[in-house]
Amino acid sequence: MKNNILPAAMATLLLIALPAAAEGDYRAKAIAVIKKDFQPRGQASIDRLAEDGLQAVCNRTGNKPPEGVGKAMEADQLANVKYPADGKLMGDWKAGEKLAQSGRGFTWSDKPGLPVGGNCYNCHQISPKETSFGTIGPSLYQFLKLRGTQPDIQKYVYSKIYNAKAYNLCSDMPRFGHISALGEKQIKDLVALLLDPESPANK
Amino acid sequence: MKQNLIGALCAIVIMGGAFAQTPKKPVAKPAAQTAPAVEAKDAATIEFEKFRAEMEDSNPAELFEMKGEEQWKTKRGPKNVALAESCDLGLGIGKVQGAYVKMPRYFADADAVMDAERRIVWCMVEKQGFKFDDIAKKPFANANFTPDITNLVTYVASHSRNMKIAVPLKEPKVREAWEIGKEIAAYRAGPYDFSCNTCHGTDGKRIRMQNLPNLSTPAGAMKGVQGWPGYRMTGGVMLTHQWRMGDCFRQQRFPEPKYASDAVAYLLTYMIGNANGQVYKGPGIKR
Repeated sequence: MKNNILPAAMATLLLIALPAAAEGDYRAKAIAVIKKDFQPRGQASIDRLAEDGLQAVCNRTGNKPPEGVGKAMEADQLANVKYPADGKLMGDWKAGEKLAQSGRGFTWSDKPGLPVGGNCYNCHQISPKETSFGTIGPSLYQFLKLRGTQPDIQKYVYSKIYNAKAYNLCSDMPRFGHISALGEKQIKDLVALLLDPESPANK
Repeated sequence: MKQNLIGALCAIVIMGGAFAQTPKKPVAKPAAQTAPAVEAKDAATIEFEKFRAEMEDSNPAELFEMKGEEQWKTKRGPKNVALAESCDLGLGIGKVQGAYVKMPRYFADADAVMDAERRIVWCMVEKQGFKFDDIAKKPFANANFTPDITNLVTYVASHSRNMKIAVPLKEPKVREAWEIGKEIAAYRAGPYDFSCNTCHGTDGKRIRMQNLPNLSTPAGAMKGVQGWPGYRMTGGVMLTHQWRMGDCFRQQRFPEPKYASDAVAYLLTYMIGNANGQVYKGPGIKR
C-alpha cells in the first residue's frame, strides 16, 4: 500500500516542481538566502532549515496541494502512525492537562531533551478553567460531547496528535508523534484529556 | 541611572491600577490604522495600553536616544570619525531626520538592501573601522549590557517620530527584497513545520492571550513595526527590530538568523513595506 503511494507522490511532485521553478525564482532565492544567513544556536541546528517532502509540497503550493497529491501524501502520513502495542489509547487526563499547558521545547533557548511540552493551549481552548488559550486551532472544549460518538474516535485523536498532517496535509499543527516530540505515554494522556468523561474539557 | 529607571517603572507597573482613575489624556490614534475586525483584548492588554499612553511623555527609550545621539556625533572607532560626518542613511551624509521610516532601502555603496540597523553597522565598519565580528558577537541588549548599535538605532528611529513609513518599494532591488522576504515568511521547515505565516499570516489569531498581527495586511504589518526599537518591560532592556525578528525565529524552532544579514533585511522589507503610508510613532515601550 505504502509502496504504491510513494512513487505516485514522487511523480506528482516532479510535475508540480517544474512550473514552480520556471515561474519565478523568488522562492529559490529565498531558500538560498535562508541557507546562507542562518547559524546554529543551542539545539537549533542548521539541518532544521531543510524542507522534508511534505514541507516542500506545502511551501510550493501555498499550503493548498492539488487534491490527488494531498490525499496520497495524507494516506502516507497516516500509514506511518505507530499505535501503542497494548492497544490502549487513553491515558491519564491529569497528566495530559499538565502537558497541554507546557509550550517548552525545541527552541534554541530550551534545554535539549524529550518529551517536550504539548503546546496545546498555545492554539486551542480545552479546559474552561484555562482562560488563556490561543485560537490558531479550533476549540476542543466539550470534545467528547461533540465528537465522541464517532466510530474509532480514540484512534482518530491518537493519530491526529501523532501526525496532524495525516488528515490535513498542510495543517498548522506540528506532527508530535511523527517527529518523536511526544512519546506513546504523552499522546495517550492527551487523548484522555479530550475523551475522558472526567476530564475538565468535558465538564 | 538605568537601575533607578527600572525601579521607577516597576513601581508604576504595580500602581498600574491607579491609571484607570486618572483623567484620560486624548491619545492620538495613527491616522491610517483601519479598525481591525473584532479583537478580543484581555484585561492585561487594556491595562498595559493605558500604562503605555501615560508613559508617552517620559518614554524610557529617550535615555537610549540621548546616548545614541552622543555616539552618533562623537568621533569614534579606529578611524576616529563621527557617523554624523560620514554615514549616509539614504538622505545624505549625517542626515537622520526621516531616515528611519524610509528604510529598508538599497544602498549602492554597499550593493545591498539594508534596514536601519544593518546600515548603521555598515557605517560603523566601513567609516569608523570597527570590526563587524566584534559588533555581531553581542548585537543585542541584555539586563547588564546595551550595545552602542542599539543606542544608535534608537536615536535614528526617534528622528522619524510621527512620520509616515515610506519604504521605496518601487526601486527594483527593494522590490526584489520584498518578494524574497515574502517567500521567507512563507517558508515552513523545522521540527514543527512552522513558518512566520503560521502565526502571522491570518487575521484575528492568538497564541494564548497574545494577539498575532497578520503581517500581510497594512494594519497587521504596522502592528509589527510600531514600537520598535522598544524598551521591554520584561527584563528592562532596549531591543531593536532585528532582535525581534530573531526572537520570532527562535519560537519558530529555527536556527538563528545571522546579524545584519540579507535574510533579516528582506523580511523587514516585506513587513515594513507592507506598513507603508502609516504613521510611525517612534521608539516605544513593549511588554
